[in-house]
Amino acid sequence: MSMMKMTASALAMVAASATAAAARDNVQVAGSSTVLPYATIVAEAFAENTDFAAPVVESGGSSAGLKQFCEGVGANTIDVANSSRPIREAELATCKENGVTNIMEVRFGYDGIVFASDINGADFVLTPKDVFMALAKDVVVDGKVVANPATKWNQVNPALPDQEITVYVPGTKHGTREVFEEKVMAVGCEEAGALDALTAANGGDEDKGEAACITLRTDGRSVDIDGDYTETLARIDSNKASVGVFGLSFYENNTDKLKVATINGVTPTVETVAKGEYPVSRPLFFYVKKDHIGTIPGLQEYAEFFVSDAIAGPGGPLSEYGLVPDPELAAVQAAVAEGATITMP
Amino acid sequence: MTDVPSNLPRPVGPGAPSAPQARSLLIADARTRRRNAAEKRFRLYGILAIAVAMLALVFLLFTILRDGSSAFVQTYAKIPMTIEASIVDPQGNRDPAQMAKVLTTSYGKILQDSLARYLDDNDIVVEGLGDKDIQGFFSAQGRADMRQAVLADPSLVGQVVEVPVLTTSRVDGMFKGRVSRESAAVDARTSVAQYDLAMALAERGDLQTRFNWDFVTGTDSSDTRPESAGLGVAIIGSFYMMLIVLVLALPIGVATSIYLEEFAPRNRLTDLIEVNISNLAAVPSIVFGILGLAAFINVMGLPRSAPIVGGLVLTLMTLPTIIISTRAALRAVPPSIRDAALGVGASRMQTVFHHVLPLAMPGILTGTIIGLAQALGETAPLMLIGMVAFVTTYPSAPPQGFFDPASALPVQVFNWTQRADPAFFERASGAIIVLLAFMLAMNLLAIYLRRRFERRW
Repeated sequence: MSMMKMTASALAMVAASATAAAARDNVQVAGSSTVLPYATIVAEAFAENTDFAAPVVESGGSSAGLKQFCEGVGANTIDVANSSRPIREAELATCKENGVTNIMEVRFGYDGIVFASDINGADFVLTPKDVFMALAKDVVVDGKVVANPATKWNQVNPALPDQEITVYVPGTKHGTREVFEEKVMAVGCEEAGALDALTAANGGDEDKGEAACITLRTDGRSVDIDGDYTETLARIDSNKASVGVFGLSFYENNTDKLKVATINGVTPTVETVAKGEYPVSRPLFFYVKKDHIGTIPGLQEYAEFFVSDAIAGPGGPLSEYGLVPDPELAAVQAAVAEGATITMP
Repeated sequence: MTDVPSNLPRPVGPGAPSAPQARSLLIADARTRRRNAAEKRFRLYGILAIAVAMLALVFLLFTILRDGSSAFVQTYAKIPMTIEASIVDPQGNRDPAQMAKVLTTSYGKILQDSLARYLDDNDIVVEGLGDKDIQGFFSAQGRADMRQAVLADPSLVGQVVEVPVLTTSRVDGMFKGRVSRESAAVDARTSVAQYDLAMALAERGDLQTRFNWDFVTGTDSSDTRPESAGLGVAIIGSFYMMLIVLVLALPIGVATSIYLEEFAPRNRLTDLIEVNISNLAAVPSIVFGILGLAAFINVMGLPRSAPIVGGLVLTLMTLPTIIISTRAALRAVPPSIRDAALGVGASRMQTVFHHVLPLAMPGILTGTIIGLAQALGETAPLMLIGMVAFVTTYPSAPPQGFFDPASALPVQVFNWTQRADPAFFERASGAIIVLLAFMLAMNLLAIYLRRRFERRW
């Protein structure tokens, strides 16, 4: 009989929980795994330096985070979505449908995307064109569109090492992939003069031509990595003659294992990305649900703390970790303070 | 030897005396030899299979212990630290509210200046030592701890304190073999000068590597300070979830089993229920996570990242295991016990609760503990309900603590393997050791209960 009592009390406990659930005193964050380390640094410092409860930070990727963000308004939805790319129109539409209409977009810095190989391997001096010629599904040879025939880097560019082409690229759920396609593949496509030919091959449809530019080969030389950079690092460790795509901060933390490739002759560092010399970089964002400000204690303060000079500015813990500080941080701080929202479609 | 035909005509007369001897039990004929050889081979396969399994286990344990045991020790530096009033109390009025405005980052200067002064005072000269090497010598956790100590006790301002301060993971790695002088040269986060400094200080006895309780009791930390990351929140979170699973799954599971086994009529409906229970036991655990997200968070409005939701999801997952093992335990109680009880006039409920259930208890408990151990190691369903998260505050005591954000042990392992800093790899292996220790304890308890209370008929 005591068992029945136990069950009854357990069920009562669950029922009581529904009432307790309404109140939440910590900020809930989810999203990009690139932003995750920065968000955890901020969350930790925020809890240490203020009286608010420590924010809870989840990972899962930019798209997953924004999807959760757009699920609705209320204490059982997240307050902040981290993203390594700007929010898309379609996502805004979903947000709007679910009543999430006041969204603050906060750009807190930049991140470089680097190509790196094993520390004891060959040096890579890459250009976007080389990467395009090595990784595109279809390339243009003698004016004709053919399936990519390159198997070794020196076939792409004689200056590159005589090494099999194997590149580990972040999978499509990562925001990094989009930047890689846009800033490396698409640029390389134009540099190689392949855009026109690819457009012509797709019946003159420019959109299809551009899509063909960023389509990666599927014969196993370009490998999608759906996990994190640690997985890419492990792959390079087991296949020394390969190249991986990383975030700059990840590389900065593993310089004893990785050797970074230059792009257009520029070595990626926090300085070269900040000056705009290194071409492959992207802004990092977090999105705040404005309707939660005032309901969730510490949300406004968290956003302001995140972009404060002491945290996101030069010399702060985020830039120490590998973030490229936003040159227009003051404007961002002002926008956060006044609670500027993005216009809904 | 039963297959030897007995109705063969016995050889008679001279010339055939050797034939019976060929059929002797003492001399193996070709067929017996073949059968014996087959048995020998089979035994060998068995031993081989066990050997392979043992080797895999030994390899697994060896690599985990090799990579993870170093997480339990940590390098601390003990040098005099001067808490400069100009840094921690720029207004000079010892107002706690004013002092609280000084962020942890400012406290780094205290550590940095103190180390530089200590090197000067003791004539420790390290070639090529720059400000960055000194700054990067102490963990960022050191600043946070110092700030907390000063705010808690403002009389410390202006004093010289000598407390052990954590060194960064790179310096710590130098004493664990993870960072060598060669790797320090190419590592952006450390330098050869810092390596030499660490060795010089270690020689003087200023650095000590000692057992690190904070690894077991501390909270998770960000990527900038892997040296202070601990499992405390994860252990509490896992404990709360196991508590919820035990309180919910055991009574529900046992009640279901007793009804199905002892009272329910055998018909289509109960058959259907039985098939479903067996099926549920084989459903991938991620499915329970999706269910949990939809039912407990979106419909019931329970908070994300809370042990209550994790516990409820794991309860659903553990129920089939408990039901199946409980039914097996009930079935193992001989019918004569029931017949005897019914025979002396007990009601069916009395029979079950006075006789059958006590006798089945060891089996039920074993099944429950094994189910719990399974739930303890589960990660996939927790991902969807927000338990795979960075949580730095301990949940409070139950029942409120069930609703506070928490992490879980397997989740912590998963989290740490994704971090960029190589020091987290060691931590992840250390967390696996802790998890394995808990599993081992639970399984030993299950074995003990079985041995202690099991009855055979």
